[in-house]
Amino acid sequence: MDQVADVKITDMKERYRSGVLKYKQMGYWEPDYEPKDTDVLAVFRITPQDGVDPDEAAAAVAGESSTATWTVVWTDRLTDCEYYRAKAYKVEPVPGQPGQWFAYIAYDLDLFEEGSISNLTASIIGNVFGFKPLKALRLEDMRIPPHYLKTFQGPATGIVVERERLNCFGRPLLGATMKPKLGLSGRNYGRVVYEALKGGLDFTKDDENINSQPFMHWRDRYLYCMEGVSKAEAETGEVKGTYLNVTAGTMEDMYERAEFARDLGSVIIMIDLVIGYTAIQSMAKWARKNDMILHLHRAGHSTYTRQKNHGVSFRVIAKWMRMAGVDHIHAGTVVGKLEGDPAVISGIYDTCRSSFVHKDLTRGLFFDQPWASLKQMMPVASGGIHAGQMHQLLTYLGEDVVLQFGGGTIGHPDGIQAGAIANRVALETMVKARNEGRDIWNEGPQILSEAAKWCRPLRAALDTWKDVTFNYASTDSVDYVPTPTAAS
Amino acid sequence: MKVTQGQFSFLPDLSEGEIKMQVEYALNNGWAVGIEYTADPHPRNVYWSMYGNPMFDLRDPAGVMMELDACRAENPGKYIKLVAFDSKKGWESVRMSFMVQRPAFEPGFELVRQEGAGRTVRYSLRSHSTSAAPQPESAL
Repeated sequence: MDQVADVKITDMKERYRSGVLKYKQMGYWEPDYEPKDTDVLAVFRITPQDGVDPDEAAAAVAGESSTATWTVVWTDRLTDCEYYRAKAYKVEPVPGQPGQWFAYIAYDLDLFEEGSISNLTASIIGNVFGFKPLKALRLEDMRIPPHYLKTFQGPATGIVVERERLNCFGRPLLGATMKPKLGLSGRNYGRVVYEALKGGLDFTKDDENINSQPFMHWRDRYLYCMEGVSKAEAETGEVKGTYLNVTAGTMEDMYERAEFARDLGSVIIMIDLVIGYTAIQSMAKWARKNDMILHLHRAGHSTYTRQKNHGVSFRVIAKWMRMAGVDHIHAGTVVGKLEGDPAVISGIYDTCRSSFVHKDLTRGLFFDQPWASLKQMMPVASGGIHAGQMHQLLTYLGEDVVLQFGGGTIGHPDGIQAGAIANRVALETMVKARNEGRDIWNEGPQILSEAAKWCRPLRAALDTWKDVTFNYASTDSVDYVPTPTAAS
Repeated sequence: MKVTQGQFSFLPDLSEGEIKMQVEYALNNGWAVGIEYTADPHPRNVYWSMYGNPMFDLRDPAGVMMELDACRAENPGKYIKLVAFDSKKGWESVRMSFMVQRPAFEPGFELVRQEGAGRTVRYSLRSHSTSAAPQPESAL
C-alpha cells in the first residue's frame, strides 16, 4: 500500500480502495468536532498496546463501537457514513497513570433505538472491549442528551412518591437483608422479617440469591413474609415492606411472582442486575403499572466495575438503571465492607438523586448531565455497616438513602428486635442532632453514647461493633485528586 | 402499643425547646410548617385534619409554637404532628413529619386476616380508635 498520511483521508477514491486503513484515516478521529446537544457522549479510559498511539486507539474505539469493521467496505458508500460514524474528539492523559488516556467520543442520536438500554449498550460496550490493539478499556462516564432520556420511562416510583406511599419523611429509611442468606425455611425466614420490622426497620430484604430453592420455594416465602410485614404494621402503625425477590429463569416466571407479591399486598418487589437490561426495563414497566416500588440488587456488577483500567464504571451502570426505571439501587456505603471511595460514591449518589448533575472530575463526573425530570432513584447503602457509624453515614450519604444493616440488626447480642431498635434510635438521634445544628461529624460518637444511656440496645450495639472498620484503600478511585480514605 | 410514625417516635418525647429547634430547621430551609391532628393514626390514613393551612409566610418558630399550643388545647388526647412542606421543583411534597402529641392510651390496631384459596391471606388493619365505638365525624 502507498504511504498515506496518518489523518482522515478526504479523497474518496483513496479512502475506499480495498484493504486496511488506520481508524484515523477512516475518519473516526476528529479533533475539531464540536459535540452537538443531541449527541450521546462517552468517555473511555484506554490503555493502548505498546506502539499504538492514543489518537489511533481512540479512533478505533469510536469505530468499533459504531460503524467500522477491520477493513474498508465499499457498502459504506451506500450510506451517509460521515453522519453515522462515531467521532473521537478529545484524548487526554490520565493524571498519574502512564500509558492510560481518557478518550472522548460523540455518537449521533440516530445510532440508537429509543427507549432501549440493550440497544444503547450493544453499541457502546458491544464489541469493543475485546479489541486487540487495546490492553484494557473502561467506560468511565456518559452524557445522555435529554432528547434520548425522554424516550425512557425512568424510575417507576421515584424517591418522593416512595416516601409518600411509605408515609416516611425527613430521615433515611432503614432496612436489613435477611440472614443466613440461604437455608432458612419459609416459616423461619418470615420470623426474621417480622422481628426486624416490629423492632423498627422500614424494610427487610431478600438477598440476591434467594429465588426459589429446595429449602424454601418462592410462594412459601412470600406468604410467610407478608404475614410478618402485616403483623409488624399492626403493631407499630407504620407502613412496612419486604423486598420480595422475583428473579427467576424466565420473564413468565418473574411476572407470575410479581403478581403474587402484588396480590398479597406487598409494596415492593426486587430484581437482580443479572436478569439483564431488557428484563429490568420490562419489570420497571410492570412496576409503574402496578404501583410497585422496584428494588434492584446490583448482583454481579463488581466483575466489571471495580478495576479501574477495564470494564464499566458503576456510575454509568447507575445512569443506565435510572433510565431503565428501577427505584432502588445499591450504590455503596463508603464506610462498609464493600468497595467505595468517598469521592466516587458521592458522584454515584448524585447520579441517582439529582435533577442536574454538574461536571466534577474530582468525583468522577466527566459531563454535565441534565435528567429531564426523570424521577429520582433511591440509593441503598448495604454491606458491613452498623449503628456506631450513623454520623458518618448521614454525613456521606444524606437523607434520601436506605441504610441496610443486615448483620448489624440480626447479629445484635440481645436479638433481632433489639438490633432494629438500636439502629432506629441511632438514626433518629443523629437526624435530630443534625437538624439542631450540631456538628455530627465530630460529635457523632458522643451523641450516640448520650442516647445509649437511655437505650440499652444501642449501648449493646456500640459495645459489640465499636472496633469494626473496613479501612482498605479503594481500587476504584478518581485520578484527578489525591484519594481520601473513609478513615474516621 | 406506641404508634411509631414520624421522624422521632423512637426518642423520648421532644421538649418544647426541641420542637422549636426542629421548626427552626424547617423554616431555615424555606419549608412551610403545618399542624395536623387525628384520632385515627391508621398507617394509610393520609389526610389528618389540618389545623389551618401550612404557615407559608411565617418565619418565626414562635408563631408555630403558639398555633401548636392552640391545637393541643382544642384536641386533647389526639395525635398531633408537625409537617414541613417543600414547594421546590422536583420535590413538592413533605420534607419533615414528626409527632408532638399522642394520647396517654394508644388503642392500636387489629390485624384482620381474610383467608383465601391456596393459603393466601388478605390482610387489613382496623383502628381500634374508630371501630370500637363509632364517633361523630368531628372527633376524627
